[in-house]
Amino acid sequence: MRTLYKISMLMMALLFIIGTVGCAPKAASGPVTIHVLTMDQAGLKPAEIDQIARDFEAQNPDIKVNMEYLGYDFIHDKITTGMAANPPAYDAVMIDVIWPDEFIKAGYLLDVTDRVTPEMKSGMFPASWNGVTRNGKIYGMPWLMDVKYFMYNKDMLQQAGITDPPKTWEELVEQAKTIKEKDIVEYPIIWSWNQKEGVVCDYAVLLYGNGGSFLDASGKPAFNNDKGVAALAWMKQTLDDGLSNPSSVSSDENAVRDNFMAGQSAFAVNWLFQYSDSNDASKSQIVGQAAFSPMPIFQAGMDAGVKGSSVDGSSSFAVMATTPYADQTWKFLTYLASNEVQTKYSKEMLPVWQTDFEGEALKKLESATETNPVTVPAFLAQFPFANERPTVPYYNEASAALQLAIQEALTGVKSPKDALDEAAAKWVELAGK
Amino acid sequence: MTVKPKPLLSQRLSLRQQDARAAWLLLAPSLLVILGITLWPVISTFLLSFFNAPTGLNQTRTFVGLGNYLAMLRDQLFWETIGRTMYFTVVSVGLELILGLAIAQLIHSRPWGWQFLRISLIIPWAVPTIVNGAMWRWIYSADFGALNGLLMQLGLIKHYVPWLTLPNMAMNLVIVADIWHTMPFVALVLQAALATLPEDLDEAAAVDGANAWQRFWQIRIPLLRPAILVALIVRTVDAFRVFDIVYIITSGGPAYKTLTITYLTYLNSFAFGKQGIGAALSFLISAFTIVMALIYIRFLYRPEETQ
Repeated sequence: MRTLYKISMLMMALLFIIGTVGCAPKAASGPVTIHVLTMDQAGLKPAEIDQIARDFEAQNPDIKVNMEYLGYDFIHDKITTGMAANPPAYDAVMIDVIWPDEFIKAGYLLDVTDRVTPEMKSGMFPASWNGVTRNGKIYGMPWLMDVKYFMYNKDMLQQAGITDPPKTWEELVEQAKTIKEKDIVEYPIIWSWNQKEGVVCDYAVLLYGNGGSFLDASGKPAFNNDKGVAALAWMKQTLDDGLSNPSSVSSDENAVRDNFMAGQSAFAVNWLFQYSDSNDASKSQIVGQAAFSPMPIFQAGMDAGVKGSSVDGSSSFAVMATTPYADQTWKFLTYLASNEVQTKYSKEMLPVWQTDFEGEALKKLESATETNPVTVPAFLAQFPFANERPTVPYYNEASAALQLAIQEALTGVKSPKDALDEAAAKWVELAGK
Repeated sequence: MTVKPKPLLSQRLSLRQQDARAAWLLLAPSLLVILGITLWPVISTFLLSFFNAPTGLNQTRTFVGLGNYLAMLRDQLFWETIGRTMYFTVVSVGLELILGLAIAQLIHSRPWGWQFLRISLIIPWAVPTIVNGAMWRWIYSADFGALNGLLMQLGLIKHYVPWLTLPNMAMNLVIVADIWHTMPFVALVLQAALATLPEDLDEAAAVDGANAWQRFWQIRIPLLRPAILVALIVRTVDAFRVFDIVYIITSGGPAYKTLTITYLTYLNSFAFGKQGIGAALSFLISAFTIVMALIYIRFLYRPEETQ
């Protein structure tokens, strides 16, 4: 009896295990669901992208789109962990302009060269295709063309008796001192200098504006030469002088926007999204006060022939190489990048179609939203001076070394020269591996 | 001549052994699943630590033997990070123990409202670590933080201070956030242990003339040693492996001043794509935590006290 009891319990346990293991998921019938990861920062807001997804689903009842949003700083690592699964956690992801080399080497991105139509190729900005093309193969669909802009608060400058925004960083310092002395704001300038990619973007703007560069002609680090050191020393000096907000050292671009639209700074360098948010009455305390001006450059850069400086922060969407739904995913990405969608939502994100910036289309674009009359000319003026960060597979680790160096200099742990020399040594080490 | 039949196996085993065998048979399927989920990743990660394993699909893995371990042990950043992590662990766990013991003693003395005090201890412990980190990041915010607001109103500062950008302050602020969150665990473990201590020893010592401080140090603390050992080991292992609160509050900055060893492991594995190095680091962390646990046991474990 006892033995019978034990045997029957064992049989039940085995049946349970077999039943659980045997319940394999059935092959999906009905609409295909694709999973797409993108950022919640620059570009369109999640609610807007959700609406685009719903509009796409209405036109394509056999495809469901599941969007996921993350802060920019978390997306890279989410992609690498998502790709460890098979099938991958995402069918398409947003990729920053600095990631294609790393992800192509890792085999994450699908070659979509044959899927790109001639109309897309000729209609979109060549720079947007350059960001996702390597060795003649295309690995993504352009999505957002963005650069860092220089924005200022018109009312604060007026209060300080300043008639024109600064053309050089040296002029900026003088204007910031005037604003501070007149007690208009305590810290006139706010930056995104936290230990993330944002600080490298800001440094790039200043570095190139001083006539410097990340790499020299032979591909070796050049940011630790006198121009690069001077740019970093300038950053530190503005903190020491109380002109740059000390919280810049822990701020990302969202924090810069929050500070600017709370009326706590007169000058801010940020992506395009800051402008429309500054004019959003539900969030901003400075509606109507934000204005663009060409990014200042250093006097030394001007003397060396530099005409302008900014940094390219464009992004694209890529289809993941191991997705089982490449066709459906590409169809959604094509819709996302379509002229119709990009023009409709151009308040947050200007179109990647160069045809929209020509002739009658340009006039139509400028009047498409209430902010476009200002943002379109600002884009056309600033974008030609967008500099690229190095396109190398080890960029993430190289950037981390540079972020550390800049932070060490800004917090006074090391001198700008020592910090940048160590970062340069790390870049040489990484290039040699 | 008759040959005695050999007894059946089930008759040769005692009843207890038969029960144990049946128990093992019934547990076997679950154990297989659990071992698959926990043991296989440990073995797989251990093997990975001997390879140069870049992140990616179909990437070539090169055997490097102890190369990853040696590279880390020779790396200055590794030792600086271990130092920072030890600082975090010692200060965080030390203060949690002192505060936890004080609060446990307070609850044990049954003041008015002690039940409310014990229940309210659960609140910080129940807050998810990510939420705790986000909350304290806002408290420390340079522009909008409650800490700045409070200090300003008390007249202790004239300007808002960017606390999280100060290289010598940032780690201490993360420690405060961690203590607020996890000290209740220590307090509740010690309070439960205090409740089981015999009162007659304390009373006898009082009759013999020992004051409260002497009774606390020479009677209560030795009797609490097993509970302190448990709390110390658990909290030390947790504190040494701290990750999420650093990730949320400071992301390792400013200038890596709050970079802990698990964060360095995360950076190598996912941000820099060096899975072999990440695997080696995770086992180095395990080695450090085992050594610390052994040290605790060597100095604190008295088998005769638990009997």
